[in-house]
Amino acid sequence: MPGAIHAEGLVKTFGEVRALDGVDLDVPEGTVLGLLGPNGAGKTTTVRCLTTLLRPDSGKAVVAGIDVLKNPDAVRRSIGLSGQFAAVDEYLTGRENLQMVGQLYQMRAKAAKARAEELLEQFDLTDAADRPTKTYSGGMRRRLDLAAALVVSPPVMFMDEPTTGLDPRNRQLLWDVIKRLVSGGTTLLLTTQYLEEADHLAHDIVVVDHGHVIAQGTSDQLKARTGGERVEVVVHEREHIRTASEVLRGFGKGETTVEEHMRKLTVPVTGGAKLLAEVIRELDTRGIEIDDIGLRRPTLDDVFLSLTGHVAEARDNDTEKEAAK
Amino acid sequence: MTAATDAVPVTAPAHPLVQSLRDSLVVAKRNLIRMSRLPDMIIFGLIQPIMFVVLFSYVFGGSMNIGGSTSSSVYREFLMAGIFAQTVTFSTAGAGAGIADDMHKGLIDRFRSLPMARGAVLTGRTLADSVQTALTLFVLALVALLVGWRTHTSFGEVLAAFGLLLLLGYAFTWVGALIGLSVRTPEAATSGGLIWLFPVTFISNAFVDSSRMTPWLQHVADWNPFSATVQACRELFGNPGVSTSDAWPMQHPVWASLIYSVLIVAIFRTLAVRKYRSASV
Repeated sequence: MPGAIHAEGLVKTFGEVRALDGVDLDVPEGTVLGLLGPNGAGKTTTVRCLTTLLRPDSGKAVVAGIDVLKNPDAVRRSIGLSGQFAAVDEYLTGRENLQMVGQLYQMRAKAAKARAEELLEQFDLTDAADRPTKTYSGGMRRRLDLAAALVVSPPVMFMDEPTTGLDPRNRQLLWDVIKRLVSGGTTLLLTTQYLEEADHLAHDIVVVDHGHVIAQGTSDQLKARTGGERVEVVVHEREHIRTASEVLRGFGKGETTVEEHMRKLTVPVTGGAKLLAEVIRELDTRGIEIDDIGLRRPTLDDVFLSLTGHVAEARDNDTEKEAAK
Repeated sequence: MTAATDAVPVTAPAHPLVQSLRDSLVVAKRNLIRMSRLPDMIIFGLIQPIMFVVLFSYVFGGSMNIGGSTSSSVYREFLMAGIFAQTVTFSTAGAGAGIADDMHKGLIDRFRSLPMARGAVLTGRTLADSVQTALTLFVLALVALLVGWRTHTSFGEVLAAFGLLLLLGYAFTWVGALIGLSVRTPEAATSGGLIWLFPVTFISNAFVDSSRMTPWLQHVADWNPFSATVQACRELFGNPGVSTSDAWPMQHPVWASLIYSVLIVAIFRTLAVRKYRSASV
């Protein structure tokens, strides 16, 4: 059975640019898919195709069991979209914005009003409810935007870089909201440039680049693909580096790298926590004082780098958004 | 998954026309709230036509020949229908800039992702602009009365003239909507929305007696949709300077004005809604 969000062979070209070149996705009901990729990879275009904002040149898309191309209005009734730019009217108050969106979801005025009240409460915006959103901080606006996407508690949600540009506190706040949503059974497709975010929130991750899916799997699977674990040691005294290096050579499955100025040694290993304990014991026996030691696994940043050949934060910021217009 | 859609607490789908009307009113309300929070826009929107009234009346007033009279008071009465009509056409720029701004800020994407009537975003905007146009016309009429403009017909005819003006303004907001959807920035919509209005409003009977133009220009002026409304207003106000040209729109200005305005709405509404929908599913 196809998932709550299902795409097959999505293709979209803008003039010469093949923004999507056959994207396949499947998000099982009640799970979170993290769509990762550098700017211009096709993340936003994918979201726009799945949310009826853009007609793909070819391919198939089914959202909440409804064919996006055949019955877009029914899809619109079942989805919530929270975009990259907080799409709220800056001259309307928070409450007016939510009421308007509710009414446009075809709720009666009274029901829309009650729902707005509920959401303002839930998103901690009650105090600011009657101020034009122009006066809101970036984080408040983003929360209101997300609230607007949740007016009808849609079974399927799309969030396009929901925390880009937010401070850590507001990011944490949004993460909490997203986790609550998903635990309530909502299916979510989330695009992000923050690998940490995908690691934190997503069950499955799809990496796109140049309009192609280049990798997919759980965060653990992707990390395993990139390479195994490493032991990282920071010794207290610089003169201990040599001895420590000898110890690590005994346990390692490859070359030990040393960062002299950090007094840090890294060696690839297999054997996990048990091995780590042995390393600690051995270092202790030799009388080497350590500041820090740990078993490190590759971060998604490492994954990203090895898959795409470049780091996650890409440069030419607006190409995709421009193309999407 | 299909069961989940039933859980969405929305009312049963209404008749498309009912839904379209309801959604348009929701969007119109939104735009009216916006306008009320941007009073400087309304004030600047008023200053400009008031300036035109005063400048044209006093600068051109003494040197214009209207129906054989060069009296400045005759010109003032002649002028007002033209200024009113020109003022309502400027609603084009407001509508265009507003819609371009919504596109720019991502609001149009939000609307497009909602299960609302497709034309409602634009219809709501044009309705709200008409309310603003009506307000502007009201203030402008008061100023016109102050500088000596008078009507010489029944109240019903005067109202009918203002009705035609509002309809012309409404028609022009649809042109603005199309411009707003076609440009990349609100700034482009503002200037793009204004430029073409100058030839439209000046190659007409609005400020001068078109019978004194060179023949080909007079021809253009007589068939200009804008002239038809001006001529209709002059007739309905009982103001001087009604054109005696043989051109059909000058002979039957009320009908011509109605037909032109309805045609403009029909054509530009279709194009704008198509543009709004284009690219999306």
